[in-house]
Amino acid sequence: MSSIPEELNYTKEHEWVAGLDDGLTLTVGITAYAAEALGDVVYVQVPEVGASVSAGDAVGEVESTKSVSDIYAPVGGEIVEVNSAVVDDPSLVNGDPYGEGWLFRVRLEGDADDLLSAEEYAALTSGES
Amino acid sequence: MSRPTPLRGVHEALGATLTDFAGWLMPLRYGSESAEHNAVRQAAGLFDLSHMGEIFVTGPQAAEALDYALVGYVSALEPGRARYTMIVNAEGGVLDDLIVYRLAPEEFMVVANASNYPMVAAQLTERAKAFDAVVDDRSDRYALIAVQGPRSQEILATLTDADLGGLKYYAGLPATVSGRPALIARTGYTGEDGFELFVDGADAEPLWAALTEAGEPYGLRPAGLSARDTLRLEAGMPLYGNELSAALTPFDAGLGRVVRFDKPGDFVGRAALEPLKDVPPSRRLVGLVATGRRVPRHGYPVVDAGGAVVGEVTSGAPSQSLGRPIAMAYVDNGPAEGLAVDIRGSHEPVEVVDLPFYRRNK
Repeated sequence: MSSIPEELNYTKEHEWVAGLDDGLTLTVGITAYAAEALGDVVYVQVPEVGASVSAGDAVGEVESTKSVSDIYAPVGGEIVEVNSAVVDDPSLVNGDPYGEGWLFRVRLEGDADDLLSAEEYAALTSGES
Repeated sequence: MSRPTPLRGVHEALGATLTDFAGWLMPLRYGSESAEHNAVRQAAGLFDLSHMGEIFVTGPQAAEALDYALVGYVSALEPGRARYTMIVNAEGGVLDDLIVYRLAPEEFMVVANASNYPMVAAQLTERAKAFDAVVDDRSDRYALIAVQGPRSQEILATLTDADLGGLKYYAGLPATVSGRPALIARTGYTGEDGFELFVDGADAEPLWAALTEAGEPYGLRPAGLSARDTLRLEAGMPLYGNELSAALTPFDAGLGRVVRFDKPGDFVGRAALEPLKDVPPSRRLVGLVATGRRVPRHGYPVVDAGGAVVGEVTSGAPSQSLGRPIAMAYVDNGPAEGLAVDIRGSHEPVEVVDLPFYRRNK
């Protein structure tokens, strides 16, 4: 069973979102469940800083030995920072998905009502596994 | 519902990610597939290949029947030796690629791919009708365990008295491994030295356990289908369904050498293949190494400098040994410079290289 930290929010596309309680800049990554399903991540493409995105936009990709998946913007807003360390060393996604493996930060514009709680995400992944 | 192998319980206990492959529930990886790949290159890996088919052909005319049924010169094989070969249809299209072992003068074992062996068994039965030979699909009774990598011989030697040092590449011998009967073959699909053990399904678990224990000091680790695929790709070995299909002849795949026109008698596909042997194909199977980090994958178009589609990727993966993405592709004859792979709309440059990508130091 992969870890699903209580304090984070989630999406149906297996991303996590941090910082919803604290302010407007949210950190985004992919969940441990997704990282395990992908296998060894070999390539990460992150969005451009300054890009304006809408919730659900494909803004990058994560590629593993066996597959490639899009990264989606979990909320609308402006990309304010990307994790260049994970671009240089994509294995951070597997090694520390909720920490050093974060992907980008987005300044929220509009609402974030579609995000899931940890409990809701746990229910989603238990249904899939 | 996927069929489990006799080693399913072992894979689950190891925490493997299981996947459906050709109707079988197989281990995709146990942990990091890159670590599994590297273990096979540097030490050894342990594979469950029980999804493969084992079809026995026996009788006074078994050799003649296989000469007729397959493209290879099976009757020329010495007992104890094995050969890579193919079964084709009347049009010369590849139905499967196979390894044939001559176990005794009148006993052969044909090893076929999981996705194809019921069809191969049916075809062999049909094609052997006019011969004094019996075709018997024993796939359900056998498990197949492979030990692959430079430390394989040392590991296996701790469990058997068989003369492993005297066992040549593409040879097999009946032996006892950890007290259980096994056909030991020096074959594999990784580009490394290694062995494949054909054993009774009931012996698979204890043999896996014995090999795991014996291999521990040598760095042996279980390896899944993901590592198997990247290892065979680096070694330039074709995979049926990717590089090989019924729409392609052995010549199309650059493997015309397996078609033995010098053997006596007719064989299925001879009439269709004979005119092709001196005709250069209009496209050929090549190796591609990507300049960037995005991975060319099965089905992606290969484009020339002007953006015109000139080929298609058959297999692609990140290569641990090269540190860059690699692929095999069928590409039209023409300039090798300036080629790119269309990776989801973006043309990523590739270099054309000779296969294999990786060759072990012997």
